[in-house]
Amino acid sequence: MAEPLISVRNLNKSFPGVHALKDVHFDLYPGEVHTLVGENGAGKSTLMKVLAGVYQKDSGEILINGKPVEIPNPRAAQRLGISIIHQELNLMNHLTAAQNIFIGREPKKYLGLFLDEKQLNSKTQDLFGLLKMDIDPRVKIGELTIAKQQMTEIVKALSYNAKVLIMDEPTAALNEIEIEELFGIIRHLRSQGVGIIYISHRMDELFRISDRITVMRDGQYIDTLKVSDTNLDHVISLMVGRKIYESAPQIDLAVNRPVVLKVNGLNQGKTLKNVSFEARKGEILGFAGLMGAGRTETARAVFGADPIDSGEILVNGNKVTIRHPSDAVRHGIGYLSEDRKRYGLAVGMDIETNIALASMQSFTGFGGFINIKATRKAGTDMIQKLSIRTPSLSQKAKYLSGGNQQKVVVAKWLIRNCDILFFDEPTRGIDVGAKQEIYKLLNELAEAGKTVIMISSELPEILRMSHRIVVMCEGRVTGELLASEATQEKIMKLATQRESMVKTAQERNQYA
Amino acid sequence: MPEKIIADKAAKDSFSSSSAKQKILAFSSLIILLIVFSFASPNFFQSNNLIAIMLATAVNGVLAIGVTFIIITGGIDLSVGTMMTFTAVMAAQFVANWHMPVMVGVLVAIMTGMVCGFLSGVMVAKLKIPPFIATLGMMMLTKGLSLIIAQSKPIYFTESPTFALIAMGSIFSFIESFKIPNAVLIFFALAIVASIILNKTVFGRYTFAIGSNEEAVRLSGVNTDRWKIGVYAFSGAICGIAGIIIASRLNSAQPALGPGYELDAIAAVVIGGTSLSGGEGTILGTVIGAFIMSVLTNGLRILSVPQEWQIVVTGVIIIFAVYVDMLRRKRSK
Repeated sequence: MAEPLISVRNLNKSFPGVHALKDVHFDLYPGEVHTLVGENGAGKSTLMKVLAGVYQKDSGEILINGKPVEIPNPRAAQRLGISIIHQELNLMNHLTAAQNIFIGREPKKYLGLFLDEKQLNSKTQDLFGLLKMDIDPRVKIGELTIAKQQMTEIVKALSYNAKVLIMDEPTAALNEIEIEELFGIIRHLRSQGVGIIYISHRMDELFRISDRITVMRDGQYIDTLKVSDTNLDHVISLMVGRKIYESAPQIDLAVNRPVVLKVNGLNQGKTLKNVSFEARKGEILGFAGLMGAGRTETARAVFGADPIDSGEILVNGNKVTIRHPSDAVRHGIGYLSEDRKRYGLAVGMDIETNIALASMQSFTGFGGFINIKATRKAGTDMIQKLSIRTPSLSQKAKYLSGGNQQKVVVAKWLIRNCDILFFDEPTRGIDVGAKQEIYKLLNELAEAGKTVIMISSELPEILRMSHRIVVMCEGRVTGELLASEATQEKIMKLATQRESMVKTAQERNQYA
Repeated sequence: MPEKIIADKAAKDSFSSSSAKQKILAFSSLIILLIVFSFASPNFFQSNNLIAIMLATAVNGVLAIGVTFIIITGGIDLSVGTMMTFTAVMAAQFVANWHMPVMVGVLVAIMTGMVCGFLSGVMVAKLKIPPFIATLGMMMLTKGLSLIIAQSKPIYFTESPTFALIAMGSIFSFIESFKIPNAVLIFFALAIVASIILNKTVFGRYTFAIGSNEEAVRLSGVNTDRWKIGVYAFSGAICGIAGIIIASRLNSAQPALGPGYELDAIAAVVIGGTSLSGGEGTILGTVIGAFIMSVLTNGLRILSVPQEWQIVVTGVIIIFAVYVDMLRRKRSK
């Protein structure tokens, strides 16, 4: 192999109280995709931020093309050909794609007083053309899909003549088709000799795109593996430092279980078309589909968060009217948003308050005073019941790990006596170890007789957790599978069953 | 994937048309106001009254143009009213009390505004004080300084008659039917220049970019602090121009004047469709917004609606304008 683009030797970095990186090694060759894996807090992001000039190393060496370098700030990293694409895209939604790419380097005319918009757009068009991307340089970024926004970020990074591209969780918000498109671009860049450092929590992707995988744990370098010489279980066991046995898939649930929630012919504009399904007591019902298939919309409609045009909802066999989330809660339906921090938790408040928040009325005594004793007891009970790991009840929610935050949200709904719980992407952005805990929690909830409806974009997760799987595409339910019969292939087929395809198939049948 | 392309195109069309709708909406409400008042009173659509409206718009309009830049960056400026007065007092100090040429007074006013704006900008960008608080402080500071320098009394330009001509004269006075005062011409000229700066220069581009996502701009290697300070200084300089116009119109610097002007300016910007959360806005919208406010005040006065009720109506209009804008945003989402 050629000389490495980047080599990192004995890198150390400490923050007050934390030794974030301990003697870390890492190297990247031109034309390879090198994936960095590890649980949250393993030091991946810290390492990347040191390379991108956001943090300064304490000791150790960074060599670029064999020469030791210092990277004091993001600009220096850019000059050295290192570009980073953060998980949260750094784009200006009100500006066009071209304006975003050339921010800070705008072509000018008339003595440099005015912007040369024409040159700006044609330069951008050239860049897009080079990567065969179909994006109009003049369209505002905010109007593009997340996938196209990301592609614009990649183009922006490359326009600085980046030799090293760091991508932090680039697929977190993409659907399967968009991921394939992104991988196409990554492969193209790899063939051009660009070195790509890839960070992802989605294990199935690692083997699709990487050449090598480096595992980190607790700020330490563990091992670097060639993809061709390893397998998923091995990587996961290195990540968590213990062996995790993938729990066995669910078995079919007895059909004689009572139906708790029945939804008939839900319609909502163009987003939901005649959506019907039912969920049983003690069941984990998986909702699979691509991004934009209408899964979240279905959950929100049932929960009363968005108005529906028509359709009926039956809880325990009784028809109910749900116009507002408070109606849903009264009928025992809870919804746990995928964006916990925005919709699920008051992150600045303590656990006790968060748990009691949705049930304040039942904790309010004479004269509108809060019965502190009762809330404390409820909080303590829940911490025990769900084994929430926290130093105390008065810990602020924002200091908890993702998995424990999720548990607090669950606790909130449990003390409201919700028996039907919608989980929207319950493990998004949560590391492998904590995911196991969430899975355990969902299983326990189901065993305790609650109905769990889980929306997830990760097929392995859907397959492992669900008793039954409802698949949606373009706002319609395209199929339903039992745990025993479901496979990734079957789900994907249903998830991509577009309406136009169904129609042509029907027409073909008619003429046949 | 033809489906996808069509979807993207549809999204684009609906967006641009909804943005255009807002401009048409603001403009048509202005036209409707003009028509209604013209029918309601024969005195309304007279050239004298129309010139009076334009004159009344000039000061608020100029201030609002400066504030537009700040609001597009996602900031706010509560100090423009008193800052305008401060620049007027400084100009009066030089011209009336120290007998300097009128031109020096003009430069002093603009420089004073620029320095005050610069200081606000430093507080916001460097000291990270929220714009609301920083400019609230600047508002009190300039108000106090105006009263101190003028010793709480108006300063009159009795010895420099040319000063009054800056705003009230007309460079087109040789055309009998076109006696538009300079104040109005300055307002229009400034609007055109500001519009070009906002849309065609790097300064304008960064103004939008900072309001849209400041961190992204910073990470792209742009010194955002410097540009932000620049925006506040620029707006301050525009306050200086407003200070000259109002001093010239009143032929004096009134140190107690100022409070309330900042809110009128912000109202004009908001009615014109500029988003208080930053990243979008137009000068044309602001100009229309300023006109809506002064047409309303003027028309209601001609209809002998008591001043107290004029204020109430203005309040309702502002709330309504913002509500309509929220509706539009929600729909385009």
